[in-house]
Amino acid sequence: MALDDLYREVILDHYAHPRNRGRLDPADVTVEGANPLCGDELVLSVRLEGDRVVAARFEGRGCSISQASASMLTEAITGKSVDEVRGLIGAFKAMMRGAGPADSLGDLAALQGVRKFPVRIKCATLAWVALEQGLDERAAGRAPTRTTTETDPA
Amino acid sequence: MELGARVRGDFPLLARTVHGKPLVYLDSAATSQKPRVVLDALQEYYCRYNANVHRGIYAIAEEATARYEAARATLARLLHAARPEEIVFTRGTTEAINLVAGSWGRATLRAGDEIVLTEMEHHSNIVPWQLLAAEKGARLKYVPVTDAGRLDLDALDRLLTERTRLVAVVHQSNVLGTVNPIREIADRAHAAGALVLVDAAQSVPHQAIDVQQLGADFLAFSGHKMLGPTGSGGLWARYELLEAMPPYHGGGEMIVRVDYERSTFKAPPHRFEAGTPPIAGAIVLAVAADYLQGVGFEAIAAWEHTLVAYALERLRDVPGLRILGPTTPEQRGGAISFVMDVAHPHDIAQVLDQEGIAIRAGHHCAQLLHRRFGVEASARASVHLYNTREDIDALVAGLHAVRRLFTRASRPV
Repeated sequence: MALDDLYREVILDHYAHPRNRGRLDPADVTVEGANPLCGDELVLSVRLEGDRVVAARFEGRGCSISQASASMLTEAITGKSVDEVRGLIGAFKAMMRGAGPADSLGDLAALQGVRKFPVRIKCATLAWVALEQGLDERAAGRAPTRTTTETDPA
Repeated sequence: MELGARVRGDFPLLARTVHGKPLVYLDSAATSQKPRVVLDALQEYYCRYNANVHRGIYAIAEEATARYEAARATLARLLHAARPEEIVFTRGTTEAINLVAGSWGRATLRAGDEIVLTEMEHHSNIVPWQLLAAEKGARLKYVPVTDAGRLDLDALDRLLTERTRLVAVVHQSNVLGTVNPIREIADRAHAAGALVLVDAAQSVPHQAIDVQQLGADFLAFSGHKMLGPTGSGGLWARYELLEAMPPYHGGGEMIVRVDYERSTFKAPPHRFEAGTPPIAGAIVLAVAADYLQGVGFEAIAAWEHTLVAYALERLRDVPGLRILGPTTPEQRGGAISFVMDVAHPHDIAQVLDQEGIAIRAGHHCAQLLHRRFGVEASARASVHLYNTREDIDALVAGLHAVRRLFTRASRPV
């Protein structure tokens, strides 16, 4: 186990220089995520035009892995359709379970090194689990709730 | 030879390696390592005289009972209790506090009564009182913590009223390391007609305790933090308080006679020890107490003071590191919590782990205190008698490595 597997350059860069930090108001999807074990917290907000993500922002506090993953998520989903975003969430979660290929995920593949550090996997998946729940709630017309890694272990 | 180096060999676990590096154990505030004499005593109990206490009419049962009650006497001497019957064995501090809340609290508290806590309490000295207050319609009040990590004792005087029934306060903070002036707090609480419960989980392992001098009414402690086994610990309380308290748990061992509708109960401490107690835990805890007293609390406290002073001084050289709590070693124990500007506590702990250094990261069961300092988590290094200056040097070198790793990425892209 080498630390370089966990703290890849691209991850440290997103942590030190987070992209799309802030909150969209109004937004079409707003969802809170929390990892009670670590105290990681974030709020994701997404604006859609038709079926397409035109903007995504996140704010929150937490470890490098949770914050870098959220930053990378906002970049990865912008410009994609909701179906494409769902596909990406599925592919990301599969990669983090060790059940899917990483090559189609671009920069996000850097997070697969987290798999070797089991207690940190939930840090990496927090933003993704939260986004999935936000999309589900929007599709069902429900009010947003708070997602925690304890209710969905991904 | 300094104390840490002298006793280190007594602790088998400290000889192991982690990730190919020698283990540097700096998480004794979470749990302590165990000396060989404690491990041998545990083995001896199960190999030689494992039997249930207070019931068997045979030799090894009598032996187990005698050793169990002798352990009570040892703990009573350790804390300077008036008599052995003032010690109730529990699974640890948490159960001891819940015992007081569930027995004394439920029998005593009325709607509108008040309990005074402090912002630096561990969740185990907050949540039991919240549950009790909700049941009884009582109010909780909190003594604030100053920026320097000390209790604001002026505020205590304002918080105490004729409705205050209890002041529950930690002796030594598991986060800040602060040692609180229990005697002063107890005198003020008693003047207001309130009782005093002391959470001594972090103090009993490190300093000589005299419950008479402290002026406490209840004192809770854990065995596993004082070189004993997990699942051991106890409650000390003044005997007349215990005598007036109803049972906490019902079951075997604690009764005199059981009838269809009701039962009568034994005198303390057995009234509060329903079921088979942690026999091995109690006996071996006494062995741990003997070991600590053999080394001597004066020597332990002096060595830990030296180590903490050394650590505080060395940590000053780490750029961007902020210590939560007292930054000088006076009235301060061996827990040092800190945050760094470039790295989250979990990342700090992760990088240190790769160097074989074990520290704690998170809220350390003290969310109120972390919120008061404006952070959600901190990293904590904590020492015990077996730590050395080399352990502190390894920590400081590790923190410089953390800084290098995370500032590498902080350059403008």
